[in-house]
Amino acid sequence: MSARVFLDYVDPWINWSWLSTHVQLVLEALGEHIELSVIAIALGLVIAVPLGVVAHRNRGLRLAVLGFFGAFYTIPSLALFALLIPFTHLSGTTAEIPLVGYNVLILVRNVLVGLDAVPRDVLDAADGMGYRARARLLRVELPLALPSIFAGLRVATVSTIGIVTITAVIGLGGLGSLIDKGLIENFRTPVVVATVLSITLAVVADLLIAGAQRIALPWSRPS
Amino acid sequence: MSFFGLVWSWLVDPTHWQGSDGIPTRLGEHLHLSAESVAVSALIALPVGIALGHYGRFGGLAINLSNAGRAIPSFAILVIAFQIFGLGDLPIVLALTALAVPPMVTNSYVALREVDPDVREAARGMGYRELAQVLRVELPLAVPLIMAGVRTAAVQVVATATLAALIAGGGLGRYIVDGLATQDYVQTAAGAVLVAGLAFATEVGLAGVQRVLVPRGIRLLNAPTAPRTTTFKTA
Repeated sequence: MSARVFLDYVDPWINWSWLSTHVQLVLEALGEHIELSVIAIALGLVIAVPLGVVAHRNRGLRLAVLGFFGAFYTIPSLALFALLIPFTHLSGTTAEIPLVGYNVLILVRNVLVGLDAVPRDVLDAADGMGYRARARLLRVELPLALPSIFAGLRVATVSTIGIVTITAVIGLGGLGSLIDKGLIENFRTPVVVATVLSITLAVVADLLIAGAQRIALPWSRPS
Repeated sequence: MSFFGLVWSWLVDPTHWQGSDGIPTRLGEHLHLSAESVAVSALIALPVGIALGHYGRFGGLAINLSNAGRAIPSFAILVIAFQIFGLGDLPIVLALTALAVPPMVTNSYVALREVDPDVREAARGMGYRELAQVLRVELPLAVPLIMAGVRTAAVQVVATATLAALIAGGGLGRYIVDGLATQDYVQTAAGAVLVAGLAFATEVGLAGVQRVLVPRGIRLLNAPTAPRTTTFKTA
């Protein structure tokens, strides 16, 4: 009889009583997820902007950077984690190196697109007004490239939040750890919770960046 | 022996090249799952994207679909499909298809929209009927961007198929997942090398296919594809 009851049991998509007793676990996973994502995006930005600026001026470097990070971007994250484990072990570094690398490609590309699109006339006008190279870059070129950089930032952020779920496979926590838990225990609730939270986080982050762009660059409308 | 030496000897060990756990078998499984998923996605996505692009309808939806697709965590989709359909290829192919459809729809929509309106007008003026206009005028012009979308999606499918091993599927991901489970990091790294090589080969190979498929008259050496439509990563 009990076996029959067991076989008839249908796992609901959301088991609210489990959720109510595991809020702490879920919030912890969400916190780790946000931390892993923020580091990956921030480091990506810190590397990509100067790299993009330098690559914009040097055609050889531009091809080298786009080629290297383009190839890196093709490699699945799980493969990169696996390759890094012997060197950086099951640490945050192992997770961040691939994530940062992917973001560098997305952001460098957008920095280049943004800088390429600055009209020649504007540069001539800046030169005519006596801007030196550094001031022209900081006060004319980069501000004009910002809408493109913001667009890249949004793509990088949403992608990163999705890919961070995979870091759970190497035991680094985040929302992926809930998915892993649901997989191992054959229990749907943690998987559904993690999926909903991951998508929500991506959408909220995307809207926040679009909002920041609206405030910082009132003349440009987020696409 | 250095770590890379160990990985190399794992890769060239003849016992790893035969049997149901051998590299040819795993590679075959990986390619089979990926090809099925890409084919199903293309059958769904391309007609939709092409029709929407031709009529210029639901543009916001078509464009935002790939943005939304990026937010879907691939690991989660695979596990959910597994929990519904259980073991086998079906949940894997369904999950990979769900990931591949959005960038294909977006790219084919954009591709059709970017056909010069003058060209459409000229086609109509020459007496092309609607279907002929789409097939003989708009599609050939749209092929570079459509193919860019298929290529992006296919590379991501091959990459994401690695995760199939997490839901007890086959493919090259098995070496990584099994190696992680048994702390055999040589096997894990060897699997990673194989997966990375395959992803890279897919990218380069499809670039070749694209070159062949794009009519010579409109071959653009540096096709100015918007990064928005080609940057897509799910795994």
